[in-house]
Amino acid sequence: MPEENPLVEMEREIVGGDFQRAGDVSSELKNILQQAGFPAPFNRRVVIASYEAEMNVVIHAYRGIFRVQIYSDRVHIEVDDEGPGIPDLELAFQEGYSTAPPHIREMGFGAGYGLSNMKKCSDRLHIDTRVEEGTRVIMDFFLPSFMKG
Amino acid sequence: MRLREIKEILKAKVLVGEELLDREIYYACGSDLLSDVLAFAKEHALLLTGLTNAQVIRTAEMIDLLGIVFVRGKKPETATVELASLKKIPLLSTHLPMYESCGRLYLKGLRGCSELSDA
Repeated sequence: MPEENPLVEMEREIVGGDFQRAGDVSSELKNILQQAGFPAPFNRRVVIASYEAEMNVVIHAYRGIFRVQIYSDRVHIEVDDEGPGIPDLELAFQEGYSTAPPHIREMGFGAGYGLSNMKKCSDRLHIDTRVEEGTRVIMDFFLPSFMKG
Repeated sequence: MRLREIKEILKAKVLVGEELLDREIYYACGSDLLSDVLAFAKEHALLLTGLTNAQVIRTAEMIDLLGIVFVRGKKPETATVELASLKKIPLLSTHLPMYESCGRLYLKGLRGCSELSDA
């Protein structure tokens, strides 16, 4: 099957600990999806998952690269970070489990729902992680056929 | 219910977005957990929260919330207000605590986000 070229490709850097700019990438992605004419309910789940992934890098990692490819009927996101990695992935997926420090919780994040939100909002979620090296999150979102213009 | 009416009910001050008070609000949620807001708040809802950092505005932006009320008299820092102004998200601040703010709005007929389907 020939690989379709993406309509839009975007690559952005995410800086760990930079809470002032946290959310910039997902905000930009939201605007692109809106301009591309995707339906609002679809954009909403892409953007929620993207924002949770972006926040995870800001909260836990030193730095990360956010790559997105937007096709006519799907969105592919890869977030690669240099960071502590996730020692127990199964535990990390448990709602309410978090390793975030108190100052992150005071901001309203780090309650242990990020990964489960990403799983609920995406159609496919894959995580590769190495302790003390980093984590790669891959998410795919498929536009339901009834939403296709 | 218009935002203007919400302002009266909560005796709230408008921190930014005075020109957006005619927005019609159909649902509200009260939370200090942003992942919960992302997961459960419906679009075009109002958020009541005790959090005042920039991530509250980001969260509101991601899911198209129509406004934010800070409870217990909390006020965000200037950078947060500027971000809200940029994103056209009105900010209100009330001296009432969370429970009473939500309760007063609910008594006046503003429904919760989980009630969206039976509206």
